[in-house]
Amino acid sequence: MINKQWDSLKSAVADIRDGDVVMIGGFGSSGIPLQLIEALRQHGARELTIISNNAGVREEGIAALLRDRLVRKMVCSFPRSAGSVWFERLYEEGAIELELVPQGTLGERIRAAGAGLGGFYTPTGYGTQLAEGKETRVIDGKGYVLEFAMPADVALIRADKADLWGNLTYNTAGRNFNPLMAMAARTTIVEVASVVGVGELDPEHIVTPGIFVNRVVLQEDRQHAAA
Amino acid sequence: MLRLEPDEMASRVAQDIPDGAYVNLGIGMPTSVANYVSDDREVIYHSENGILGVGPAPKPGEEDPDLINAGKQFVTLLPGGCYFDNAESFAMMRGGHLDIAVLGAFQVSAGGDIANWATNDDRFPPAVGGAMDLAVGARQLFVLMRHTTRDNQPKILERCSYPLTGTGVVKRIYTDLAVIDVTPEGLRVRELYADNTLSEVQALTGAPLLAPES
Repeated sequence: MINKQWDSLKSAVADIRDGDVVMIGGFGSSGIPLQLIEALRQHGARELTIISNNAGVREEGIAALLRDRLVRKMVCSFPRSAGSVWFERLYEEGAIELELVPQGTLGERIRAAGAGLGGFYTPTGYGTQLAEGKETRVIDGKGYVLEFAMPADVALIRADKADLWGNLTYNTAGRNFNPLMAMAARTTIVEVASVVGVGELDPEHIVTPGIFVNRVVLQEDRQHAAA
Repeated sequence: MLRLEPDEMASRVAQDIPDGAYVNLGIGMPTSVANYVSDDREVIYHSENGILGVGPAPKPGEEDPDLINAGKQFVTLLPGGCYFDNAESFAMMRGGHLDIAVLGAFQVSAGGDIANWATNDDRFPPAVGGAMDLAVGARQLFVLMRHTTRDNQPKILERCSYPLTGTGVVKRIYTDLAVIDVTPEGLRVRELYADNTLSEVQALTGAPLLAPES
């Protein structure tokens, strides 16, 4: 019998190692797996490469990983938001490497990794600083930049509901990068607000098929609510 | 010389958003364009984080924590709206499916280059977000910005001095002084506000302006 549900956030992230490449879903505060990130922080793996659209604000989420100096490199499109004090501090100190990727290229590199592609040609960034040193090609008179697929060791994502097979549905705009990252990592761990039995999700509503998901963990406040 | 206020600038752009258009509004002043589009036009707003049919801000207490726009502000979904992931959202941009994008800018060049993601100040980390994807992908790219910097230096130039977001992509520039089209012949003034004259506006512009077509 397949049952992908794990009993705690802590156990679900316990095998993340120093130096791992970790994708983290979410766009700003939307669809971000804050409880898994906090479990990763407590787990304490260091020298991480974090792939996520933003670099966290205030003292929570990715900002707390930065504050505890667990991150060697950030790959993101928009690290500088109001309140992203920890990223700005580490950047100014030269204590963190930044790979800045246009947002659509970030998502497509992740998708390409999940889809078994080596890379793709995109018009985004052609003729700009972010394409410097990259292979380019003119196709039908239009300039394109070669971008490579970007896989990860682990993806931490958030969904609304999961079933025991790992099929996922999302809440409103909370899906953003989550379904793409689920495809692109060797181990995908999802934090959800509820877990239901197999067959209880309407197959027409499933956004991420369970084949892309390895571990399902219920959010802790939900565990308490259920207890 | 008449300088429009930000709400008047947004309102001027809104006049040019046609019924039935799919539109992406950039963060900052462009977001406010939606407030001025006339109610008799049905316009579908796209938000890069995966929304078509973005509606106005929710009532206090009715916010959905996951339902935000590109500027991370709470929004609502209009009837007929839908959600999708990042790859589909950016396929809409790069694939030429959006009719209009309205972006702010630091600088625009006479050839339609736009610079809006980084200055040359290394102390601050750069951030690009979806600006480069929108710049290359929207069928029409409108720039909404003040005509000059705070110290009255031109932002419309022969060549941008800041790092580029996209090259040869801007179709029209809406400033607080004028509306200017980027054409193969050069920058052509489309509209001068109130009694503003071409020579007054030219004096605050770093590239030659062609007179409005009569």
